[in-house]
Amino acid sequence: MDIFYPIQLFSDFISYGLMGVARGSYLGDTINFFIYDVIKIGLLLVFINYIMAMTRYYFPMEKARDILTKKRWFGMNYLMAALLGIVTPFCSCSSIPLFIGFLGAGIPIGVTFAFLISSPLINESSLYLFPAMFGWKVAILYNLFGLAIAVIGGIVIQKLKVEKYIIPELLKFKSRAQVETDNGGNKLSLKQLIIYFWKDGIVITKKIFPYVVLGVGVGAMIHGFIPNDLVEKYLSAKSLWTVPLAVFLGAPLYANSVSVIPIMDALVGKGVPLGTVLAFMTAIVTLSLPEALILKKIMKWPLLAIFFGITIIGIMLMGYSFNFIL
Amino acid sequence: MNNNIKVQVLGAGCPTCKKLFELTKQVVKELAIDSEVEYITDIQKIIEMGVMQTPVLVINSKTVLAGSSFDLEKIKNKLKEAKY
Repeated sequence: MDIFYPIQLFSDFISYGLMGVARGSYLGDTINFFIYDVIKIGLLLVFINYIMAMTRYYFPMEKARDILTKKRWFGMNYLMAALLGIVTPFCSCSSIPLFIGFLGAGIPIGVTFAFLISSPLINESSLYLFPAMFGWKVAILYNLFGLAIAVIGGIVIQKLKVEKYIIPELLKFKSRAQVETDNGGNKLSLKQLIIYFWKDGIVITKKIFPYVVLGVGVGAMIHGFIPNDLVEKYLSAKSLWTVPLAVFLGAPLYANSVSVIPIMDALVGKGVPLGTVLAFMTAIVTLSLPEALILKKIMKWPLLAIFFGITIIGIMLMGYSFNFIL
Repeated sequence: MNNNIKVQVLGAGCPTCKKLFELTKQVVKELAIDSEVEYITDIQKIIEMGVMQTPVLVINSKTVLAGSSFDLEKIKNKLKEAKY
């Protein structure tokens, strides 16, 4: 049985029972979807952010950098970087200090990019939300694909010799030794840790939750009001142009992955092929106009274009493969 | 009590960084700390600090908070620590 079944019962009760909207009507479906997804994703969000708080505590960005500088990993350092990108949470706000921090520590540019690509591509939602929303098969395939894009992208960028496109003044700076933040190095007891993770996670949940509600709202509208045959006619797997369209629509936008998931959920429910929907989400989460503007401060246009180009191609290939396989 | 505190917020200019700046200003005012909160978007400064995540809250040249998980309470605690 679906562990989320009680939530379905509850939202059925609220929408069809208490509110008295008709089951199967446009409005009824919309309201039911909204209540169900807000509760379900809200609960998952609390859970995920708790795990992320633990990850941040035990695995700060500096640790990833140190692991990559200390060993050569027998040429496996691209894979290592991509794997580290998964466990380290990432916000595009941090992309500059991270990029410079990695390069400054002597990590090759291709390996740095492998990290930079995988970090937003494979994230808390693809690891923990996908299994709950789309099943294990999709979750595993997606994460493997993400890894492959990051590793291959990193290797290609290394081969292209792009160092000349980095704004050189920035690499001259020697950074001071990392200052110990938070807790001043004091060890916390297990009980304190449990509370610390909770507080840390809730801060993020509170910040994201309004956007999740917004995302669920959009998803609910799609779910309730967009006719199935319209989707079937124009967006089915047979039309090859839908994947590129999804990527180009998604790339300039930025939204938190958790708030895009309800929209995906609704689109898949309408019969839009999963690959197309995944491509859309990945493009939104991985690439964005704000991120481009931030990265532009440290890299020249050609490198920015290469980075975006490789990532876009990777996402499209993933979209097509999903449509083809599933 | 030490009222001579230097408070800086470092960020690359993302919305989260601005949020930290706004919250910090608010807390400084609340705690009646006599100092102007400085907002630094200069990448070179950020690199010099050696931080890997932004935004960063710096009090008296010491990094006290880094990354996007902050709230009013955390900022308040850090500033109180510096004040007393």
